[in-house]
Amino acid sequence: MDDAYLALRGIHKSFGAFTALESLDLSIRKGEFVCFLGPSGCGKTTLLRIIAGLETQTAGAIVQAGRDISTAPPAERDYGIMFQSYALFPNLTVAQNVAYGLVNGRQPRARIAARVDELLQLVGLGASHAKYPAQLSGGQQQRVALARALATSPGLLLLDEPLSALDATVRVHLRNELRALQRRLGVTTIMVTHDQEEALSVADRIVVMNHGVIEQVGTPLQVYREPASPFVADFVGKVNRLQAVAEGGHWFRCGDKRLHCAPQAGADFRPGSPVALYLRPEDRVVGTAAADDPLHCAGTVRHIEFLGGNCLAEVDVEGLAGQPLHLQYSLNQMDEFGVREGARVSFALRADRLRVFPAGAAA
Amino acid sequence: MNAMAATVRMAPVRQRVPRSERVAQLGLLGVVLLLGVGLVAPLLLILSKALDAPEGAAGSGLGAFGAYLASPALLTSLWNSIWVSLLVTAIVLPLAFTFAYALTRSCMRGKGLLRTVMLLPLLAPSLLSAISLIYWFGNQGVAKDFWLALGFDGIYGAPGIVLAECFAVFPHVLMILVTALSLADARLYEAADALGTGTVRKFLTITLPGAKYGLISAGLVCFTLVITDFGIPKVVGGNFNVLATDVFKLVIGQHDFQRGAVVALLLLAPALLTFAIDGWVQRKQTATLTARAVALVPRRARGFDAAMALYCLAIAALVLGMFGMAVFASFATLWPYNLAPGLNHYVSGLVDAELADALLNSLQLAACTAVIGTAVVFIGAYLLEKTRGLALLRPVVRLMAMLPMAVPGLVLGLGYIFFFNAPGNPLGGLYQTLPLMVLCTVVHFYTTGHLTVVTALKALDAEFEAVSASLKVPLYKTFWRVTLPICLPVLLDVSRYFFINAMTTISAVVFLYSPDTKLASVAILNLDEAGETGQAAAMAVLIAATSAVVTLLYLGLGRLVDRRTQVWRAPAR
Repeated sequence: MDDAYLALRGIHKSFGAFTALESLDLSIRKGEFVCFLGPSGCGKTTLLRIIAGLETQTAGAIVQAGRDISTAPPAERDYGIMFQSYALFPNLTVAQNVAYGLVNGRQPRARIAARVDELLQLVGLGASHAKYPAQLSGGQQQRVALARALATSPGLLLLDEPLSALDATVRVHLRNELRALQRRLGVTTIMVTHDQEEALSVADRIVVMNHGVIEQVGTPLQVYREPASPFVADFVGKVNRLQAVAEGGHWFRCGDKRLHCAPQAGADFRPGSPVALYLRPEDRVVGTAAADDPLHCAGTVRHIEFLGGNCLAEVDVEGLAGQPLHLQYSLNQMDEFGVREGARVSFALRADRLRVFPAGAAA
Repeated sequence: MNAMAATVRMAPVRQRVPRSERVAQLGLLGVVLLLGVGLVAPLLLILSKALDAPEGAAGSGLGAFGAYLASPALLTSLWNSIWVSLLVTAIVLPLAFTFAYALTRSCMRGKGLLRTVMLLPLLAPSLLSAISLIYWFGNQGVAKDFWLALGFDGIYGAPGIVLAECFAVFPHVLMILVTALSLADARLYEAADALGTGTVRKFLTITLPGAKYGLISAGLVCFTLVITDFGIPKVVGGNFNVLATDVFKLVIGQHDFQRGAVVALLLLAPALLTFAIDGWVQRKQTATLTARAVALVPRRARGFDAAMALYCLAIAALVLGMFGMAVFASFATLWPYNLAPGLNHYVSGLVDAELADALLNSLQLAACTAVIGTAVVFIGAYLLEKTRGLALLRPVVRLMAMLPMAVPGLVLGLGYIFFFNAPGNPLGGLYQTLPLMVLCTVVHFYTTGHLTVVTALKALDAEFEAVSASLKVPLYKTFWRVTLPICLPVLLDVSRYFFINAMTTISAVVFLYSPDTKLASVAILNLDEAGETGQAAAMAVLIAATSAVVTLLYLGLGRLVDRRTQVWRAPAR
């Protein structure tokens, strides 16, 4: 908590009777790249706008670099921001847009020009000074907006769904550039996104939000491997959900099968209480498992969804009536193990990867 | 201790307000004050005046109000106003719809020219059509016999009013319908074609429902314009009484302010109703149109295009005939005996009747209104849309900015008499001066300008101000460098609108002038009353000519501004 560059304490926001954010606490370290991830309406954008001072929290405090900015107007906070719409000034050229915040600082013209050059080089737009935003592609506009936000060397960079207006391929390309740039400059960055893949690929830490509440804060791997709630498990990545009954001692009965989960997979449940087991499609071992292994399963492929390099097979598993599993196979594995619709497959569940939640807590 | 903790938790966090924001909030309060003095206070005074007990009478104000409402003279005027307005609406709406349909859905030639011709009457006061009518069908009219052969007694009275109003409101209705019909989604027609739908059925199931709200809006505007217009009934109404002329006669003729106020309230009623319905319609309309709509491009159809062109030519010929007659008559030496062209009416009007002063006054009023009105409207709309704080006041400002549309000029002008002529009002010194007329005209035409600017401001990215704040650039700088340059073409349009309307308006200022501040448009009325129809026509033509020249100047200025500030709009990669 002490090394926090930005600390949110008990941030609460309500619009009339509607509660948008419910007493959030969060601290972000200097130089960190944090993503606010969640479905639309979860409050992630509201939280970003509160940090920017564009909205005011109903209660709670914000401390940035040791300074309490809870009641500071936007102009008195230290951040650069980039919006989904980019909000480039359409009647100003690219160079004028980037220099917009610099002109104010009474710097000599030559220094401003040099800084604009430097910034445009940085975002890979070295030759577009005199163009107007309408003459640029969406990706180029995004770079200009980024350069403008970085121009005054802010301590905090706020990105509000910066990539969502772009084509899929441009999006992947730019998010990698964004990540590399952030690493190079070391600027503390918060990005709001609803795209879990985007968040997983760029963030140091992800803040998963739902209904105005933080569900989990963790590294991308933690969020994916050890989801803290059924919501996180469902929202980030694909997951199988199996109904089971606790038998005590981390043993669970699922259909005709008994599964033993790792102790860290979730709290132990009283014997007899219904639970839900969460398993990622790739958390299985193919081929080699012995038939007498308790985790061994056999089943029939009902349907295959082709996803490119991978496929998702829907399998009716013997002993798990009515609970078909989605399993992921690479294209090569499909050939190797003869996975096709109607074929029989055998595999072993990776019980160490199972996550256990109470049955009622479904997302 | 607990109680204190609870109160601390209850009070929401408030952001410190920087000084620039305080200035903006002060500005918004200024707009409220302006509209309060120029609109709300006068209207409230009409209400209180209408409920006043008449002087010397024993009964209560409310009783007098009721008694007057039930008087046969008033009921006759009320009925006359209503049926004339309904009839004009019934005639104009289908005619204008067909014209608008031709302009938007056919491939006929000369659309731009036809449109310009149809909008010409907007350059002159609406009573120009009444004056023309007198020259065509009046007692000494060129086509009087034709008019009598149609079975009418004469041009004065209801038939004259209806005919003149039809010409006067046609351009207003046409503009609304053209807008409504050009907002068509081509995908609907393509889907209908794919399903093998017939032309008539497409018209009934796509075109008409699509233009439904435009039609309602146009009908309401038409009805309101006619029922509140006073120039035309004054000139060509004869003994046929309507509410608008009643107000004038009661106030100017008989100095019966209380009854005048009662009639004014009656005039306000349909306008307020229209305003409410129109607001509802606007909300519906925005909900039905999506940004994804594909613009409809009309396809060639020789027979249809020819029929539409013929129809439009016929209507345009009628309008030109109407407009042209006033011009022709204003140059005629001695109507109807000597039709040789001459400048008699112009010379006698400008020199002998001192109308040059009136024209100068009008120009002064129009110029001041164009500059001040545009500035007030733009700054007001900007502060309303792009600044923060004073959340409770903003809906009030919005309502106040929309209200002028619902207030007929006559009512507004009467309210100004009551308010600014009231003993003890510190602003009383303004009465009958040019500044007051400027205020009145700005307020009278506020809504259209406000809506135009708000639309333009809403088209700007909502985050410009947020980005500026994050870059530590003050609000006024972004206003000056970004918002204002982008909006300049729109501001020119608004300014032209103010100018033309200030040149041609009669209804509100007719109560506010003194001999020194007499306006050209009002002079027409007086000349006509004095029997100087020729000079009246000359004056109307002078106003129209001024408006036309100014419009051309604005077009030139617009080109210049486009070249200077709008280069970024043309994408050249």
